[in-house]
Amino acid sequence: MSDAIQLTLGPLLFNWAPDRIRDFYARIADEAPVDRVYLGEVVCGKRAPLIDAALADAAGRLAEAGKTVVWSTLGLPALKRDRKAIAALAAEQEMLIEINDVSGLQGRAGAFVAGPLLNVYNEGAARELMRRGCVRLCANVELSLEAVSAIAAGCPGLEIELFAFGRLPLALSGRCYHARRHGLHKDSCQFICDRDPDGLALKTLDGRDFLAVNGVQTLSHGVQLAAAEPEALTAAGVTALRLSPHTADMVAVAEAFRARADGRIDAAELAARVEAAGPPGVLVDGYLRGTAGLEAVGGAA
Amino acid sequence: MGAIELVCPAGSPAMLRAAVEAGADSVYCGMRDDTNARNFPGLNFSPAELADSVAWAHDRGARVLLAVNTFARAGAGDRWRASVDAAAASGVDAVIVADLGVLAHAREAHPDLRLHLSVQAAAGSPEAIAFYAEAYGVKRVVLPRVLSVEEIAALMREITVETEAFVFGGLCVMAEGRCALSSYATGRSPNLSGVCSPPESVTYTEEEGALVSRLGGLALDRYAPGEPAGYPTLCKGRFAVGGELSYLFEDPVSLNAMSLLAALRRAGVTAVKVEGRQRGKAYVARVAAAFRGAIDALDQGLDAAPYEQLLTDLAEGGRETAGAYRKTWR
Repeated sequence: MSDAIQLTLGPLLFNWAPDRIRDFYARIADEAPVDRVYLGEVVCGKRAPLIDAALADAAGRLAEAGKTVVWSTLGLPALKRDRKAIAALAAEQEMLIEINDVSGLQGRAGAFVAGPLLNVYNEGAARELMRRGCVRLCANVELSLEAVSAIAAGCPGLEIELFAFGRLPLALSGRCYHARRHGLHKDSCQFICDRDPDGLALKTLDGRDFLAVNGVQTLSHGVQLAAAEPEALTAAGVTALRLSPHTADMVAVAEAFRARADGRIDAAELAARVEAAGPPGVLVDGYLRGTAGLEAVGGAA
Repeated sequence: MGAIELVCPAGSPAMLRAAVEAGADSVYCGMRDDTNARNFPGLNFSPAELADSVAWAHDRGARVLLAVNTFARAGAGDRWRASVDAAAASGVDAVIVADLGVLAHAREAHPDLRLHLSVQAAAGSPEAIAFYAEAYGVKRVVLPRVLSVEEIAALMREITVETEAFVFGGLCVMAEGRCALSSYATGRSPNLSGVCSPPESVTYTEEEGALVSRLGGLALDRYAPGEPAGYPTLCKGRFAVGGELSYLFEDPVSLNAMSLLAALRRAGVTAVKVEGRQRGKAYVARVAAAFRGAIDALDQGLDAAPYEQLLTDLAEGGRETAGAYRKTWR
């Protein structure tokens, strides 16, 4: 059963230079045991023109390597250009896409993945999306494995993807915090978010690592690690694990998750291998256990 | 151009009466459980209180809107359906909903019940609004507080439903309904539990002569002796980036967009909304009276400026902002 769990690579959330993007996906194409790769700018529409060509190249390279490529929509459209981009993707009815804002549902008749930035918290909402063509749900990161299981139980046939590795996407805003931090305005931001390829780390007053800022997005500082037994994931309806791109060695991360999903290594070994790959923060999994998201892996629920 | 509708909060039947007596056209409230986004102890309405309050308000020509505006917990949708059913039974003028599953239930079980889309649904584009209008018959959308007045005016030209805009009270700096900071720190959040930065996770401690406010054990701000201490709402905390301390997300301010009433009306906004079901009847009486005065002045072609300073002392942290309504906020 457990070897049925797929691995996917989520959309890149950070503002990386085009060359870095090309190199990154070339290596993923050649070496990473992932079945599916989501591409597209989902955080800030202003970045899209800078990386469109690199992502198109990456899509070709990944497809040649046998990976399924799924394009993802922006999470919070701000400009007319953002809306047009979402509508254009939604109009590709024959192509599977990932929708991250309700805007993308308007006019959508073809199959889609409901992304983790959509508010789907229960089986009733998931069924509404299924009626409209949703074939897979990447669960919102706030949901516990128990809640995911309840959604899966109420939605026979729905594929369920779990956000399994990476800083957790916690919030979107109309305001750009990178610009604010550097005394700039969002409209003339100089794309300064490119300085922080894993996000800009933020500590509390007493020096505790807490969050990471990524333009209009706020992420956790801690790095999600879904280390549950593959049998438990399958029992909860999980059919795929999503790995979110970071500067860490993503090939090593994917290999470790593949080994875990195949039952070849235990949770401790998965955590050790992921630690060795250089994640940008401590490993957390509180949300999956139904508690505060920042609770460390192995902590008491 | 008709008068703009004034929508005020009610955390209790007494607060509802205070709001209507002070000039609210509509009052919104919630059931006493986690189906509404102000799920605080001692707040909100039982089904019987709701029915009585609706009758009382209707006698006075005021409308009552029931907020069933959280996301139903997986496997526990019955409670949300029950709140919608109670709303329909009590004769409320509309329910304010965010969740797709709850919207579907309301549409199917109560086809005549008027549906407003909660700000928690974060519908900020014409496409998203059209989706909710066409799929569920939503008649009014509460606008996300990420839009500027200019953007609202442009939006109004592309949609066919009514809009409602927040003008006073707490200010979310994140897109509402798209923020999990609170649950990351405490396990509870608006979308999961109907609360943000929940009171049971708040502590204040004396440390080295200063008062430190914490949420879920995380130090969010520090106050010198005698300095008024604010509530540790996550996005209004002080954080260190590269060793430098700042209110990175937002200063501890609250929203007051009274100065933009005329512009909002010109933009075509149907109703303006006051936040604060948790803040009591004295609060709502003052805010409703001030906005009533300003709206009536505008209707008569008079200046609303005299009303703008009336509420300054009510702001949380004592400071106010027009927020995203002015584009420079970004």
